[in-house]
Amino acid sequence: MPEQTKPTIENAALEVRNLDFYYGDYKGLSNVNLDIASNKVTAFIGPSGCGKSTLLRTFNRMYDLYPRQRAEGEILFHGKNLLDRKQDVNLVRAKIGMVFQKPTPFPMTIYENIAFGVRLYERMSRSAMDDRVEWALKKAALWGEVKDKLHQSGLSLSGGQQQRLCIARAVAVKPEIVLLDEPTSALDPISTAKIEELINELKSDYTIAIVTHNMQQAARISDYTAFMYLGELVEFNETSTIFMKPDKKQTEDYITGRFG
Amino acid sequence: MSERDASGAVDLHLRQVRRFRLQDSFFHHSTQLFAFVVLATLVGILVSLTIEAWPSLQAFGPSFFWTNVWSVPDDQYGALAAIYGTVVTSVLALLIAVPISFGIAFFLTETCPPWLRRPLGTAVELLAGIPSIVYGIWGLFVFAPLFAEYIQPPLQDWLGDVPVIGGWFAGPPIGVGILTASIVLSLMVIPFIASVMRDVFETVPHVLKESAYGMGCTTWEVVRHIVLPYTRVGVIGGIMLGLGRALGETMAVTFVIGNANRINPSLFEPGTSIASTLANEFGEADPGLHIASLFTLGLVLFVLTFIVLAISRWLISRSVGSEGL
Repeated sequence: MPEQTKPTIENAALEVRNLDFYYGDYKGLSNVNLDIASNKVTAFIGPSGCGKSTLLRTFNRMYDLYPRQRAEGEILFHGKNLLDRKQDVNLVRAKIGMVFQKPTPFPMTIYENIAFGVRLYERMSRSAMDDRVEWALKKAALWGEVKDKLHQSGLSLSGGQQQRLCIARAVAVKPEIVLLDEPTSALDPISTAKIEELINELKSDYTIAIVTHNMQQAARISDYTAFMYLGELVEFNETSTIFMKPDKKQTEDYITGRFG
Repeated sequence: MSERDASGAVDLHLRQVRRFRLQDSFFHHSTQLFAFVVLATLVGILVSLTIEAWPSLQAFGPSFFWTNVWSVPDDQYGALAAIYGTVVTSVLALLIAVPISFGIAFFLTETCPPWLRRPLGTAVELLAGIPSIVYGIWGLFVFAPLFAEYIQPPLQDWLGDVPVIGGWFAGPPIGVGILTASIVLSLMVIPFIASVMRDVFETVPHVLKESAYGMGCTTWEVVRHIVLPYTRVGVIGGIMLGLGRALGETMAVTFVIGNANRINPSLFEPGTSIASTLANEFGEADPGLHIASLFTLGLVLFVLTFIVLAISRWLISRSVGSEGL
């Protein structure tokens, strides 16, 4: 991309370099370059189909599950290209957690929903696990609501609580990066506010990348914002710059609601 | 209401509506009749079985079900050997078929390359379409000799000296017997169990599996902890469907079970099942206690399958309840 202004990011958790993505023959992303800053919130905005979820799903190689999808280029994580075939994908996903658009509690108890992921990578005593579950649920601001029913099914919670359970589950394995794919689009305004507050608190410990349809949400919670359109990264900068004085006409049109 | 309006002309509209109403009520009642035919058949079969079985039930009482005698010359009958053979072959068949079916379903839904998925899935379903008599012939003339020659002797060498278990593999390796029947039965129920499992595995939402993969789960962990609990009800249903088929399977079992009315701890020994006893003896049974006892066996099979269904329902409701799903 020519004449691109870039924010100065000193401490990048992920460095995306010349990333292309294909759904079979269809090119879903072309030549994306950006850095995800450590311990900051980076938001991805853009109209439906612009590739923002696709980009997020390359960060933990979720596309690997589908045979016709592939990515080319580099995403550096601790100096190593995580798109490399030799890179252990389960390890990547343990370090880079993800929360989806719809709450997806596992078909097990609230306690087990959290303990399950922890157990995959750590051996610990029952009491240490109890502590970890409590810690994660507190992080997700859910402890007070569920502490008396830890052994009920995760599906018995409300939608907003389920989504916070999913965040707690992602946080419990102590990842470095948490990817949020439109985490509030299926929730009511009160639950949305709670999750936004939560994201704000989580960024002291984690690097957060969030895809959102809601521009106000991006403006409220993120430090950096990337505007994407038709599979390309149009503009990436500090959130205040993107919303106050964007470089590109396209960005300005989108955030002022003239299209999209 | 009159069919003629004020001017005396026939009200065509009204007549039409009446005809519709009549058709509708006719349709309603006839479909209701069809539905009740099912219920009537069920009750009718149960009643006629009981009537025909009555002389035997009167002569032997409830001890019929746990007596291990089946002697036509003495006119003494007890169902234990047949019940034993039926239950043991069916349970063994499931022990073999369930892991294999699970493996098939796992491969087809999770790890199979897309181009192989359809042909392989179709092949599994075609296996269900093979007539049971063909399984029987194959079992008797192809499988049993091979089994006697290449599998039974090594099994005996290997496990014959182990206490308790050794007894299961004692006796001459003649090919036909309880174990052979179980293996042939397992082949017959695999397509049913595997295709039900595959269908229910496919109902698991992608996003749920993605969230598990997203935590760093391996495919096995996803299936073990997410897919299986999510589809538990359907999986149990599929297994019970297989059990129901195995219990009642007649021709294939008759060919390979050996048809000996006795109970032997060894799985290599011939035995019998309810269905194969019926198939073997109905033709030349004399009226009297013999026929009546065969009817009682039929009644037992009927009740046994009913119990299987009841247990499966109970299991399903219990497992659903405990998770609060």
